[in-house]
Amino acid sequence: MPRGYVGRFLEVDLTREKIEEKRIPEETLYQYFGGRGLAAKVLWDRLGRKWSSVDPLGPENILTVLTGPLTGFHPGSRICISGKSPLSNGTVGATASTEFAVELKCAGYDGIFVTGKASSPVYLLITDDGCEIMDASHIWGKTCEETIKILNAEVKRILTERKPRIGLWREPSMVYIGPAGENLVRTAAVLTKLVHAAGYGGYGAVMGSKNLKAIVAKGRGPLPDTAAPKTFEILLNEYHRRLISRTRMRQWGTGYAGYSVGANSSSEPVRNWQEEWHDEKSIAGPRYSARFWVKPYWADFNCTLNCMKISCIKSGRWKGDITDMPDYELEAYCGTNLGIFNPEDNVHMSALVDNLGLSGINTANTMGFAAELYQRGILTKEDLGFELKWGDAEAFTKLANLIVKREKIGDVLAEGTYRAALKISEMKGIDVTKYAVHVKGIEVGAHGIRSGKDFHDIYYAANVQGGDHTSPAADPSPKDAGVWTELNAAFADSAVFCMFTVVPDLVWELTYAVTGWRITEEEWCREQGRRIITLQRVLLLLGGPDISWTPEKDDDNPDRFYEPLPTGPYKGKAAEKPVVERKKKEYYKAMGWDERGIPTEKELQRLGLKDMEEEVKKLRKH
Amino acid sequence: MSKRIWIIRDYMRCSGCRRCEIACSLSHEGKIWPEASCIRIFAPFPGLEVPHLCVQCDDYPCVEACPADALSVDEKTGAVIVDKEKCTGCGVCVEACPGKIPYMHPTENYAVICDLCGGKPKCVEVCSEAGYNALRLSDDPGINKKVHAVEPEVTAKDLAVNLFGEKGEEVI
Repeated sequence: MPRGYVGRFLEVDLTREKIEEKRIPEETLYQYFGGRGLAAKVLWDRLGRKWSSVDPLGPENILTVLTGPLTGFHPGSRICISGKSPLSNGTVGATASTEFAVELKCAGYDGIFVTGKASSPVYLLITDDGCEIMDASHIWGKTCEETIKILNAEVKRILTERKPRIGLWREPSMVYIGPAGENLVRTAAVLTKLVHAAGYGGYGAVMGSKNLKAIVAKGRGPLPDTAAPKTFEILLNEYHRRLISRTRMRQWGTGYAGYSVGANSSSEPVRNWQEEWHDEKSIAGPRYSARFWVKPYWADFNCTLNCMKISCIKSGRWKGDITDMPDYELEAYCGTNLGIFNPEDNVHMSALVDNLGLSGINTANTMGFAAELYQRGILTKEDLGFELKWGDAEAFTKLANLIVKREKIGDVLAEGTYRAALKISEMKGIDVTKYAVHVKGIEVGAHGIRSGKDFHDIYYAANVQGGDHTSPAADPSPKDAGVWTELNAAFADSAVFCMFTVVPDLVWELTYAVTGWRITEEEWCREQGRRIITLQRVLLLLGGPDISWTPEKDDDNPDRFYEPLPTGPYKGKAAEKPVVERKKKEYYKAMGWDERGIPTEKELQRLGLKDMEEEVKKLRKH
Repeated sequence: MSKRIWIIRDYMRCSGCRRCEIACSLSHEGKIWPEASCIRIFAPFPGLEVPHLCVQCDDYPCVEACPADALSVDEKTGAVIVDKEKCTGCGVCVEACPGKIPYMHPTENYAVICDLCGGKPKCVEVCSEAGYNALRLSDDPGINKKVHAVEPEVTAKDLAVNLFGEKGEEVI
């Protein structure tokens, strides 16, 4: 067994209430690491041949909750959630920073595979003594804040009763869903630590579909041994020195970007991407810090980057709302994208989505889409029950609640932007899909491509995780070196640590010191990284049952990105179709895929994915 | 002759990065082992991080209470030293401590209590390197030290109100 891993996984069948321990061969771990890569591999092995008939919200889907070999060791500990996505019908490796990942490893498990559906609401309790299925009927329907409060106290009580003589038990750590996940809102997140979300992919709904409210872990063991303990310690200390020197990030987190992305690179969503520039420039960090930051120092396990700041509203109509910062993505999505330029309303909207269990990026994309339809007179007061004007935080609060409860138009919007667009087009007899800013069912992150100063042509169009901004598709050839691409993302999401804490010149040494694997960046980008992306690509194109994608049509940007920017320093600029088409073809070729973006038999063979050939052949015929 | 030292703490400055636990367990156990660390960061609610470690009371009630004579006070630093051979893991020291700070090692049969790393605590080093200074070294903590010998939930309830105002009354 390589170091860094515990070597044991949990297999939980909620239908049969059966729990087993499982081992995964070293060769598989070397090929996929953990997290996002291993999830894709296990999903292919177990569901691949019937993929297009598997309902993401049915009991057959597998929810994967995985650490990776670097989790706990690399600064910024994360957990990676995956499964068949109810948004893209492929897979997404959705990660969130949390001590849950460390507790899980300390309890003796690298990860969990959850199948089936519990007959009534449950949560999983994982300790050094194993995994138990616990009743969750008393927390079903509770907000995220309530869920944390109740489970923290309950699990501490249980553990203290079981082992009273060891001294004070510390709180466990948990991943959980809010009412949004319970009600199968497709943009529901799996959340942790009140304000962190594994958002892309809609895995909150997958948990909900399994009647699984939370997974709680408390481990008293150590993290696994490392391959080269002394080297590891030296590297870890150097890592921290580097992180501590990143002054801007430590001061503002990603919140500084509310200014730079909005005002400078002009690539921030404003009013459902009708614009990407705003003159209310001071939406960023400094306008929040003096008034709302109650704790400017906040970090996750083994991280000194300190990019989080806790905000709390202490007066007025949103009194008591707590969130982190918000970070850039929610500054944008729960702010400018809804026409909100007031920090107080932005903090509120961010706290609201966290507490209801929504993915802030994805759901606020859907809400922006709805508001544009209202602006255009396509959705009306009758559909909503109230007026939905840009910048009206009260109205967006009502809308978020309609979505979570699946009431009125909320039931349609709970399907995510793309599916909602299809339904509303049918309801209203008018094509509204052109206002849906998504790629392959996944709402696009808050970095636009039109100005050419931020993200670029095919970052989303060819992305195996749709609109996920953390994993942009880009030509894997060396000329793009230095740019964060899906191959880097596949590494961070599979070794499972935070993308913000990577120190490029140390990370492969650290990987060696922890695992004992001498792997270079070049090898990762040629082998493991490509294998993971190619596998995900096939699953995405297999799709189904309700939606499937065709590369010619769907490997593309949202229509909106081809409309010229109407304002700002890059007024008139837009994505250019011929350029996108050319870059797509170059990308396919560099990835070893055919001219339609289908992996070739030769490439499948090279990557050891020959067992996919039969399914891939069907895609080639289409 | 070296002076006695104490680790003083500023809860509002603790980020919860837990590098103190990592440094402590790497130094004492040779691996990352949060539950074997002599300092543990409690967080009864997200954002309410409470470093929990020995405060070295003047009257050392744990040392007094130990029925196995396993605890002693280091003359140089003032730290409570656990004799791992003598300790039976009975838990009497936990009950004797006003903050219930000692606890049992996860796999061995003895209590874990901060030994101040013999005078240069690793936790303080890494906390100050990061500029948090939630932990600092002092040779004169004044009258405050025993104030910290409370259960973390008590401290967290106060912190909650400090951070979240009225809302803080209901989060724990």
